[in-house]
Amino acid sequence: MRGRTVIAGIGHTAFGALSGRSATSLIVEATRNALADANVDKTMVDALLVKPSTSAPQLMTGQIVAEALGLQPKLGMSWDQGGAAVIGMISYASLAIEARLCDIVVICFADNPRTGSSEVYRSSTGTDGLFGYVGVPAAYAMIARRHMEQYGTTPRQLGAVPIAARRHGAANPSAQLRKPLSMADYLNEPYIVDPFRRSDCALVSDGGAAIVLMSAERAMQLAVRAPVPILGFGLGQSSWDVRLRQDLTTTCATVSATTAFSAAGLAPEDIDVAQLYDCFSIVPIMTLEDYGFCKKGQGGAFVEEGRIEIDGDLPMNTAGGLLSETGMPGMQLVLEGVRQVRGNANLQARKANTCIVSSQGGIMQTHGTLIIGG
Amino acid sequence: MTDFPIPAIPEHALPFWEAAEKSQLRYMACNSCAHSFLPARTECPNCLAADLEWRMASGKAQLISWVIYHRAFHPAFADRLPYTVALVQLEEGPRMISNIVEPDPDTALTINLPLFVRFQDMGNLRIPVFSRQPKL
Ligand SMILES: [Zn+2]
Repeated sequence: MRGRTVIAGIGHTAFGALSGRSATSLIVEATRNALADANVDKTMVDALLVKPSTSAPQLMTGQIVAEALGLQPKLGMSWDQGGAAVIGMISYASLAIEARLCDIVVICFADNPRTGSSEVYRSSTGTDGLFGYVGVPAAYAMIARRHMEQYGTTPRQLGAVPIAARRHGAANPSAQLRKPLSMADYLNEPYIVDPFRRSDCALVSDGGAAIVLMSAERAMQLAVRAPVPILGFGLGQSSWDVRLRQDLTTTCATVSATTAFSAAGLAPEDIDVAQLYDCFSIVPIMTLEDYGFCKKGQGGAFVEEGRIEIDGDLPMNTAGGLLSETGMPGMQLVLEGVRQVRGNANLQARKANTCIVSSQGGIMQTHGTLIIGG
Repeated sequence: MTDFPIPAIPEHALPFWEAAEKSQLRYMACNSCAHSFLPARTECPNCLAADLEWRMASGKAQLISWVIYHRAFHPAFADRLPYTVALVQLEEGPRMISNIVEPDPDTALTINLPLFVRFQDMGNLRIPVFSRQPKL
């Protein structure tokens, strides 16, 4: 598997409030940009994988998108795994390419919760609402509290995650939130759901992104300008709701990362840059632990003192992630990983031969890990 | 005050709410494998059997985690801010989402803190909540 498929092209729309744009319209724009980046004509695409919109999911999303793109793919998929769908789709697309089920794949996502409806992020499950347990942030806050109590993770350590993201986002012309954040600013923010403040929580954003995948062999035939090899991927599912997880502070990211590192023949110390899903500050802290960048419970210490900033030991979320670039559920992290490995990122890491990307969905029920590099 | 809309309660979960109405806390137990759990299901998630029964809980629990709302995600909760939502584990094993109530609801919580069930009226339902003090 290692290096046999490549990311040949990436594309995205503007991020933020895009009034009047439908998710389908944003997908077409992002796909047009990704095909241009790969220098591939639309007529060559024979597989289309779509992550459905979170805010307004529709039946037969894959066909709605295929029609808007004027495609008749051999292979289609609309994949419902929350944010983890992004790396799930890249994984299944790679397998399908290797099995010669298809030749050139487009993977895409768009949503418009900012100018459309963000109700999905404020809802509750079953009778939970009777206790005021409403909205997505509280469920992640429940995990964060347990981590803080169990391992001594501090508010300053949580704050280090958005501070790094906002520093990186400030340098990214596409980022939705480009205002840098200091530790004093962070600690002065009121709580939304204690232990989370506003800056611990992902942005709500309109926007779209797309990726073009093909075999390394095909990319060479087509003289693709800057193909980025896929070195390994892995997936995992915790499944249990937060309340039922025996250990709130560990997820299936461990399983997912073990598979990906093994496929790539790499270990955490071989990774130059990380793009880790950061819908809430606690998530990349736990992902760093579960991936083996540090021991369980030491993720807080790992992110302190600028170690995840662009000039740190492990530059992380170098375009701003979900906390600063766009709240889009994960595809932007793959795009930034590709730019880092190509060497043309806005904030280019000193060394970016290898990049690890995580995606996760629900309340940490699903996970995907992708390793790319030269 | 806007009321929080009472969600539709599925038939297999009704005994939990009927017991709460009488200030009793019940949980589900599997007769096939001895697994105890909440929320209510129609099959045991451990052994998949449908041979389930409701048992009475002691009302003793421990705190697994908690959050404190400072913003209302629904207008029904605006006048309760700040309020605490907790994840608790019953002595018998099942876990549930609930609230921590008087006395002193917002300070000095810690994981594994012993808790005791109480009941509070919420609209036309009675809900199980938890306190640090055993009922006097
Ligand atoms: Zn059973």
